[in-house]
Amino acid sequence: MAILPATDSRLTRAFDNDWIGPGLVSLIAVIGISLFQPAFLSSFNIFVLLAAISVNMVIALGQLVIIGIGQMNLALGSIGGLVAISFVGVIETFGVPVPVALILGLGIGIAAGMVSGTIIARTAISAFIITLAGLQIFKGINLGITEAQPFYGVPDVVKTFGNGSVLGPLPWLLVPMVICSLAMWYLFTRMRIGRHILAMGSNPHAAELSGIDPKATIIWAHALSGLLAAVAGIMLVAKLQIGQPTIGDDWLISSFAAPVIGGAVLSGGRVSVGGTFFGVVIIAIITQGLVMFAIDPFAVQIVLGALILWAVAINRLREVRIQRLQARGAGA
Amino acid sequence: MSQALTDLDPTMPQAPLPGRASGGLRLLLSNEFGLVVLIALAFVAFALGLQGFTSPFSLFTIGRQIGIDTMIGLAMMAVIVTGGLDLSVGAIGVCAAMAFGWLVQMLGLPILLAIPLTLLFGASLGFINGFTVVKSGVHSFIITLASMSIFFGVMIFLTKAAAFNGLPAEVQAFGKMKFFKTLSPLLLISIATCLLLAAFYKLTPMGRQMLAAGANPRAAELSGIRTGQMIVACHMLTGALAALAGLMVTARTGASVPSMAGHLGQDWLLPAFLAPVLGGTLLSGGRVSVIGTLLGAAFVNVMTSGLLLMRLGEFWILASLGMMLLLAVLADRARQQFLQTRGMI
Repeated sequence: MAILPATDSRLTRAFDNDWIGPGLVSLIAVIGISLFQPAFLSSFNIFVLLAAISVNMVIALGQLVIIGIGQMNLALGSIGGLVAISFVGVIETFGVPVPVALILGLGIGIAAGMVSGTIIARTAISAFIITLAGLQIFKGINLGITEAQPFYGVPDVVKTFGNGSVLGPLPWLLVPMVICSLAMWYLFTRMRIGRHILAMGSNPHAAELSGIDPKATIIWAHALSGLLAAVAGIMLVAKLQIGQPTIGDDWLISSFAAPVIGGAVLSGGRVSVGGTFFGVVIIAIITQGLVMFAIDPFAVQIVLGALILWAVAINRLREVRIQRLQARGAGA
Repeated sequence: MSQALTDLDPTMPQAPLPGRASGGLRLLLSNEFGLVVLIALAFVAFALGLQGFTSPFSLFTIGRQIGIDTMIGLAMMAVIVTGGLDLSVGAIGVCAAMAFGWLVQMLGLPILLAIPLTLLFGASLGFINGFTVVKSGVHSFIITLASMSIFFGVMIFLTKAAAFNGLPAEVQAFGKMKFFKTLSPLLLISIATCLLLAAFYKLTPMGRQMLAAGANPRAAELSGIRTGQMIVACHMLTGALAALAGLMVTARTGASVPSMAGHLGQDWLLPAFLAPVLGGTLLSGGRVSVIGTLLGAAFVNVMTSGLLLMRLGEFWILASLGMMLLLAVLADRARQQFLQTRGMI
């Protein structure tokens, strides 16, 4: 290519930096745990790990888009849950074919995201409050429809997709995860909308002055987040083999933990798809490790919280160091 | 990450200064007045249209729930003052309730000694939050997201997720106590707390410093206020109030139950934000409305009980609470724009 602007190489460099730390930690954790528990690398265990990683990665990507724009989406889980029960619900109640139900489910996710995005963009009220209201509304609709009872009529195709493997220990669930990850990576590094999201996140005023439409960008980001939540919700239906109304209830903490461990800056403008992936891997390994060593599963909560704090501290140190370097550069 | 999440509304217009451009219209457009009218309308409509809405028992349960929701709202309000928030209020409330259960049931402490210890415990959890927020310079959203997971996890780990059922009978008796057949002492506790807090923010130097630190941290720092200390103090107040709310729920249930605020205490988040936001507390900090928080909780509970009596399923009520929060912020935005165009702010 003729034009390779300097910003592009800097962007890829930052991308490298962000995922290398969490990547190393994942590697060390895998080696460490498998030394004590050889069963950790059994093909069954790898299958279980990869299935969990696949779902959690899509969830994390849904939050990553919104973090990129400098906001947060508390409604992520409730959108995922609503899509999950709608997907199984229309199949069970109306006998809708799977592909139609799939499109309908994804459409609900996009629509839900667009509604919150539009309200946030048009009123400039904080995304926190709007998505908190959204969380309650979508969850209420979910429970109103299901009356807290699960839908059992998951078709066999979906069930096979959820617990079958493509090859050896590689689950089918990997496929949507890889597609979503590559698409998001492409979006953030190569596409205009991705750059607009990051520009809005790092400095909304500068972004607006340079001709970016802030409202459209916010609505786009939330629609994308809703779509990813929908994909994750349907993946969970396949994995659990049941349309549980509780799907999405526990996404909040982990959806923030993985991107933050992966080096995303919460005030926006900086995200890393690769880093987020290893953030998800670290969480999955630790969760699995705790189970293998028969440690109280509730310890996972404590570890997750501690991981967020640890990652925040690391990011902060890095920020301070960069600032110091910049100050020195400016002085010289 | 040192700056606040840009999202938390930097564009929100500054709080109107009291006393400026005062007039009848201003009063009519205030959140508090609007809420009083709405509560009155809803109450009269439900009382006329629904049987049993004004029965002593119904009034008692509505009042008791208003008391609890007000306390949860006040806990969040105390930290919104700084322009921050505390996702861990629910987790702190449950942890405090469990600590109370442990102190009374396992150690056999008298209730009157256990209560102050529990409040102190809540305040110390708040201190952990505040201290971490100030020292790290990271926005309270992410710190309290982490701490809610940690507090709740440690609590479940220590209690093995088992409830304390063997509390003295006085605890449950207090939750069921009625004055004049309708009035719960829990509501009285919340009203008293409101009055104390209103006096605290208006009259004491510390309360005013908290508001100043929230409205404009840099200006506050320059005028000699130790902003960091104030933020830690706000988080401690939040912790203590959340602990008090946890105790009130314990009195209502008659036991300390780990699941009383849902997974990680998330179920408290909506009442925690709904009441102060309805009441006109600014999310960007610097302005509180203590009475508004009480009125906000009252409005929510009058509506909820009315809708429940109308046999709208409880799950749909959950959705309508979300709608209420949405409408509240939209109405507030419209009100501010109206005041601004009239040059009243």
